[in-house]
Amino acid sequence: MAADGNPLLRIDGVSVRFGGIVALDSISFDVAHGQICGLIGPNGAGKTTLFNCLSRLYRTGAGRILFEGKQLLDVPRHRIAALGIGRTFQNLALFKTMTVRQNVMIGGHCRSRGGFLANALRLPFVAREERKLDERAMSLIESLDLRRVAEVPVGGLTFATQKRVELARALAGEPKLLLLDEPAGGLNHEEVDRLRETIVSIRDRFGVTILLVEHHLNLVMRVSDKVVALDFGRKIADGTPAEVQQNADVIRAYLGAPAA
Amino acid sequence: MAIISETTRPVAASFAGLPLRTWQTLGVALVFIVACVLPFTTSSYHLFQLTMVLVYAIALLGLNILTGFNGQVSLGHGAFYAIGAYTTAILLDNTAIPYWATLPIAGIVCLGAGFLFGLPALRLEGLYLALATFALAVATPQLLKFRGFEKWTGGVQGIVIDKPSPPAGVPLDSDQWLYFVCLAVTVPMFLIGWNLLRGRTGRAIVAIRDHPIAAASMGIDTAMYKSLTFGVSAMYTGIAGALGALAAQFVSPDSFSVFLSISLIVGLVVGGIASIFGVLFGAAFIVFIPNIADQISKAAPWAIYGIFLIGFMYVLPTGVAGGVKRLGSLLGRMGKR
Ligand SMILES: Nc1ncnc2c1ncn2[C@@H]1O[C@H](COP(=O)(O)OP(=O)(O)OP(=O)(O)O)[C@@H](O)[C@H]1O
Ligand SMILES: [Mg+2]
Repeated sequence: MAADGNPLLRIDGVSVRFGGIVALDSISFDVAHGQICGLIGPNGAGKTTLFNCLSRLYRTGAGRILFEGKQLLDVPRHRIAALGIGRTFQNLALFKTMTVRQNVMIGGHCRSRGGFLANALRLPFVAREERKLDERAMSLIESLDLRRVAEVPVGGLTFATQKRVELARALAGEPKLLLLDEPAGGLNHEEVDRLRETIVSIRDRFGVTILLVEHHLNLVMRVSDKVVALDFGRKIADGTPAEVQQNADVIRAYLGAPAA
Repeated sequence: MAIISETTRPVAASFAGLPLRTWQTLGVALVFIVACVLPFTTSSYHLFQLTMVLVYAIALLGLNILTGFNGQVSLGHGAFYAIGAYTTAILLDNTAIPYWATLPIAGIVCLGAGFLFGLPALRLEGLYLALATFALAVATPQLLKFRGFEKWTGGVQGIVIDKPSPPAGVPLDSDQWLYFVCLAVTVPMFLIGWNLLRGRTGRAIVAIRDHPIAAASMGIDTAMYKSLTFGVSAMYTGIAGALGALAAQFVSPDSFSVFLSISLIVGLVVGGIASIFGVLFGAAFIVFIPNIADQISKAAPWAIYGIFLIGFMYVLPTGVAGGVKRLGSLLGRMGKR
C-alpha cells in the first residue's frame, strides 16, 4: 500500500523509565501504510506508555520515532495532530463541560487556523471555516451513531458512548495514523462485534493506518494485519496474528505459566 | 451500539414556539434599549452608578474570559484595572491626547502587561496561580506610590483629571455623555468577547480549562493560548480601568487596593462563572450592594454586605447566569407538556 515502500511509522529502540521502572525497553517495530497493527500485552506492559511517547506526552529516554521519515521526538506535542497522528485515551480525556458536537469540532482544531484577532472580528474566512468544521463534525457524529446526543454535554454520557465521542474527535483531525487505546472498554459482546466493523470501515473509508491497543484478544486477532506483543516493557513477539498467537512467550505472558 | 441510560438531556432549543436564538436576540435588544433610555430618567448620582456598572461589566468580562472560561484564577485583576486607569490619567495629565484616544492605548498597555504576566504564570496552577496574582494585587498600591514614579503618578496624591465634555451641539450633559461613551465601548467589547468565545478560539480556551493535555493533543498550543488569553483578559480590565478613571475624574493608589480585585472575583461568581451576560449582574452587585448595605446600616455596612453575599450564594449557587439557565430549562419542559 505504501508507494515508496517506507513504513508510515518506525519505532526504533525506544526506551522509557520511571524512576526504577523500565516501562519500555528498547522497543522497535514498523507499521506500514494502511495497516491495522494490534498492540497487546498484560497490564503494565507499556502499551499506553508507547502511545504517550507518540503523542509526545512522555519524554523518551532513548531511541527514535520516525513518522513518514520525520523524527517525531523533535516535535512539540501540540504539533503532533497536525502531522497526522490522532488518538483516543484509555481512560477518556474529553472536554466534559462541552457538548459532543463541540468536542468533535475541537478535534478539527489542527485543520483550521483562525486565531484571536480573526475570531474577535469574525472575519469571513472564520465563519466559513466554522461552517466546514461543523459540517464535518456532524457527519462524523452521524456515522458513529451519536446524533441523538450531539447537543448533550459529554460529562453525563456512558463510558462506552464517551469512547465513541473520542473516536469521532480523533477522526475530525483527519489523521493518517490513528492510535486507539482500548476502544472496546465497557462494551458487551455484540458491541465489540460492531466495533470491529467500525474499525475496519474507518480504515477503508478514511484510508488511515491504525495502531490498536486492546485486551480483547479475539478482536485484535480478527481485525489486525499484524500484531506486536509487549511484556514488562520488552517486545516479545511481532508478526501475523496467527504467529503471535502461537508464540511461546506470548502464551507464557498471558497464562503466567511456563511454555509447554 | 445502543446508548443506554444517558443522564443528561439536550438543552431546550425552543420556548413558546420561538427558537432560543430568537429569545436571546430579543433579550439583548431589550437590554440595549433600556440601557439607552435609563440615563434620561435618573439623577446624576444614579447615572454615575450606571456608568460604573458598564465599567465593571467590561472588567468582569475580562476576568471571566481568563478565570471562568480558561480556568486561570486571578485574584489580582485590580492591578490591570489600575494600570489602565493610570495610563489614561498620565496621558491626559502630560500630553494633549484626547481622552477617547487614551482608551485603546490603555488597552494595548494592559494587553502587553497581561501577556508578560501570563508567561511565568504558565508554570502555576490553581491556588498557586491565585496566590501569584494576589501578590500582584497587594503590591500594586505601593508600586503606584513609589517615589521614582512620582513625577508621573503623582505619588500618594494621585492625579486629578478633567471630565470629558460632550462635543458642541450634542444635547447631553457631561454625565450623560460619559455614560454613552462607556456604552459605546461596552457594546463592541461584548461583541468581540462573544466572537472570541463562540468559535475556534473559544473552544480552545475552554478545552484548556477542561483537559489541558487532551487540548494539546488536539493541536492546541496551550502555552500560547493561555498567555494570549491572559493578555486579552488584562486588556478588557485595563480598558475598564481607563473608563473608570474618566468617570471618577481621579486616580490614586488607594483606589486600587486588594479589595478591588476581590470585588471583581465577587462580581464574577455572582454573575456566573463562564457566562458572558452574567457579568452585567455581577457588575450591578459590585456597584449597588455596598450602597444598599450602607443605607440599611451606617454602623456595619460590610456585615450587611456579607449577609447579602451569603444569601445570594444560597439562593443562586451558580450565579445569576446559572439561575437563568435553570429557569429556562424548567420553562422549556413546562412548555412541552
Ligand atoms: N506517569 C507514570 N509515572 C510512573 N509510572 C508510570 C507512568 N505511566 C506508566 N507508568 C508505569 O509504566 C508501566 C507501563 O504502564 P502502561 O500504562 O504503559 O501499561 P499498559 O500496557 O498500558 O497497561 P494497561 O493494559 O493496564 O493499560 C507500568 O508499570 C506503570 O506503572
Ligand atoms: Mg494502558
